[in-house]
Amino acid sequence: MDLHFGDSEPTDEERAAVDALLGPPQSSWEGAARDETHAADLRWARGGRAARDRRDLLLPGLHALNDRVGWISGGALDYLCRRLTVPPAEAYGVATFYAMFSVRPRPATVLHVCTDLACAASGAAELCAGVEARLGPGSGVSVQRGPCLGLCERAPAALAIRAGDPVRTAVAAPATVGAAVLAGSAPDSADEEPPAVTAVPQAGQDGLVLLGRVGVVDPTSLDDYRAHGGYTALRRAFELGPAGVVREVTDSGLVGRGGAAFPTGRKWQATASQPDRPHYLVCNADESEPGTFKDRVLMEGDPFALVEAMTIAAYATGAHRGYLYLRGEYPRALRRMEHAIAQARARGLLGDDVLGQGYAFDIEIRRGAGAYVCGEETALFNSIEGHRGEPRSKPPFPVEKGLFGKPTVANNVETLVNVLPILTLGAPAYAAIGTGRSTGPKLFCVSGAVDRPGVYELPFGVTLGDLLALAGVRERLRAVLLGGAAGGFVRPDERDIPLTFEGTREAGTTLGSGVVMAFDDTVPLPRLLLRIAAFFRDESCGQCVPCRVGTVRQEEALLRIAERTGAAAADDIALLREVGRALRDASICGLGQTAWNAVESAIDRLGAYA
Amino acid sequence: MTVIPLGVPRRLLEFTLDGEEARVPEGSTILDACRAAGKDIPTLCQGDTLTPRNACRVCVVEVEGARTLVPACSRRAEPGMEVRTDTERARHSRKVVLELLASSVDLSTTPQAAAWIKEYEAKPDRFGPDAARLNEEPRIDNDLYVRDYGKCVLCYKCVDACGDQWQNTFAISVTGRGFDARIAVEHDGPLTDSACVYCGNCVEVCPTGALSFKSEFDMRAAGTWDEAAQTRTTTVCAYCGVGCNLTLHVQDNEIVKVTSPHDNPVTHGNLCIKGRFGYQHVQNRD
Repeated sequence: MDLHFGDSEPTDEERAAVDALLGPPQSSWEGAARDETHAADLRWARGGRAARDRRDLLLPGLHALNDRVGWISGGALDYLCRRLTVPPAEAYGVATFYAMFSVRPRPATVLHVCTDLACAASGAAELCAGVEARLGPGSGVSVQRGPCLGLCERAPAALAIRAGDPVRTAVAAPATVGAAVLAGSAPDSADEEPPAVTAVPQAGQDGLVLLGRVGVVDPTSLDDYRAHGGYTALRRAFELGPAGVVREVTDSGLVGRGGAAFPTGRKWQATASQPDRPHYLVCNADESEPGTFKDRVLMEGDPFALVEAMTIAAYATGAHRGYLYLRGEYPRALRRMEHAIAQARARGLLGDDVLGQGYAFDIEIRRGAGAYVCGEETALFNSIEGHRGEPRSKPPFPVEKGLFGKPTVANNVETLVNVLPILTLGAPAYAAIGTGRSTGPKLFCVSGAVDRPGVYELPFGVTLGDLLALAGVRERLRAVLLGGAAGGFVRPDERDIPLTFEGTREAGTTLGSGVVMAFDDTVPLPRLLLRIAAFFRDESCGQCVPCRVGTVRQEEALLRIAERTGAAAADDIALLREVGRALRDASICGLGQTAWNAVESAIDRLGAYA
Repeated sequence: MTVIPLGVPRRLLEFTLDGEEARVPEGSTILDACRAAGKDIPTLCQGDTLTPRNACRVCVVEVEGARTLVPACSRRAEPGMEVRTDTERARHSRKVVLELLASSVDLSTTPQAAAWIKEYEAKPDRFGPDAARLNEEPRIDNDLYVRDYGKCVLCYKCVDACGDQWQNTFAISVTGRGFDARIAVEHDGPLTDSACVYCGNCVEVCPTGALSFKSEFDMRAAGTWDEAAQTRTTTVCAYCGVGCNLTLHVQDNEIVKVTSPHDNPVTHGNLCIKGRFGYQHVQNRD
């Protein structure tokens, strides 16, 4: 590959940011100063496999620049490309893919204000206007309206990120104008976020299987984790052996909690039996479905549990390397997981010889950078590999050709954490929780018009009404959104729907990732639908035509009928149905396939625009 | 004596295509099988010299048991598969995809687009006069070819031809996201500041005329481009010893465009800047 670079040079700061990640350049070919040229430079080359093997450092490199400087300049991008032997055009394509990066100059501080469903219902629009008015022009803070920040239990939410060394972050939630402005203008002196346990209304209750340790253990202490039952599951895994673990997980009936509900045991078995090596484990912590925040609470409140669960999953499937793809908008979860992984490594629970069992496993964290589509597993692989986060077409499936083209098991955080009780309780006891076809406990993210929003742990099979009552649903309930933006609305009188995968399917809706968002009649339904449509239009990767253009046409039609009903809206609703059908049938990935679900359910179930 | 390489013998597999038995060599796509059976399915991002990204979705067909439609260009035929190419469901998606494209992209130079729109009774106008369009101005930043991204359907063919599928120059990439995604060089600059080597292999594979020879672009603007009046002569490039085949497109005794036969074992349709654009000396009569 003969790379071509422009004349722009990186600033010292940009160079330092890249060098802090990759080490100093070894040659002037890599961008070292010419006067340092040694004779060895004449014989220096890095190409072929040696270059390709470093391509996955592109996304961390872009993060390093964005964290330090706040944006990615031409000179900085060229320098990063030189260091990694990546064509600048491709790197530019990657940098412009993610919402958190900018290739244009911008202030060092970006204040992300969530304008998504739960926050919109809690006054995000007024918050944005207030913050912008208070900050005024030239404040050095750029206000960016954006999708769900995963702080729905404390809506409305704002996240400030100030570039520098180190990068600083501050969260204001529930955000007043004053708190958000303070977070943006002085992230260091902003109030400390409340502990993760405040998002768990059931905290302290007996019998919690997944959330039992949240708020009970010190999330920074490995000893505390072990004192509360930590690492008993891994010991049991080593007793059972890899095949035994897969059998237990299969017998437990565990299915994926990300939304697709695929049997976890079958996925593990399929990966474990692949002759191609190495195998990889990927934990999908790119929790971006609007209204979902359970994985954040787990990672912030009980981070070692995820480390242990990933170790077990990797052991069972023959992987020695695990990637934790963590949402870019979760700074505290990132800190907690980094700390937990470092602790586990220092204590021999990760590394060359886990627990002295002769099994090697380590975890690397990769940060997302603001792309909902990267929650799709194959898009996530592309993102880790340093390509644009565009989904791949399946087949081949990840169990056969996943990350780096190798057999890969990809599971969501909640799914993995369920493996711990499966091993400690045993598969039969675990399978006894919930219903016959949806076994185990399930986390539900309740937000919106309820008195006690948060993550609830309940066995599969409770009804929607039970959950809403538990969360203290308010009067004048107008609609409940199940499964987030990709899910569907149900009516307030459909409280008998059992919250299981099969129960919601029979009711013609979906459980998705466990989002339960309640809306009262203070929020006009057409406005919610417009926000959902805007979300999909923003988050479409643009790869396939139905999704790239269809999400735009969907938003346009909803905009036209925002104030209309009945016959005046009929033509556009017919149009929406036709476009929606093509979106569902012909899109490459789940994003496009589900982009019309919520709108359709609002029209059909709630009688929107009737 | 000419030795024709036979390759590894491939087994035939059987599946059902529109209710009829189809036998195709292992590894064939559904599209291969359709074409072998004489069925016409529209395609845009599929090309005979490239592995398709199946991004355009105009070739979707119905496979028994599959939740969604599948792209015929990429999905390999499997034994026992039941494929239907002409169901209402498949035709509906093709129609909507054509409507979505035609309402946002200028398809005036896409061969067959008008015929497909007619065949599928697509009505691109029904999204209204305010439907968002790409609205890109042609980029004329060099003397050899023009990038008119108002005509781009984002099929990825130029990116793949420039990148690891043929040229390995990697001068262009898809940038941005969603409806704002565009093909661009680094920093969205002019071609002359990029890694482009002007091989024109992107022009060769472009299915919509978004990329065209400057000569073709100028003649179209002047209204003098007349494909019916053009002759095509395939010859051998005289610049070096590789022996690439060139097809000279000649109108009014002037070379107006150069392509290469896609089935040529030397070029597979690819050329270098000299073969592609270095024809002026032929008609320089001074």
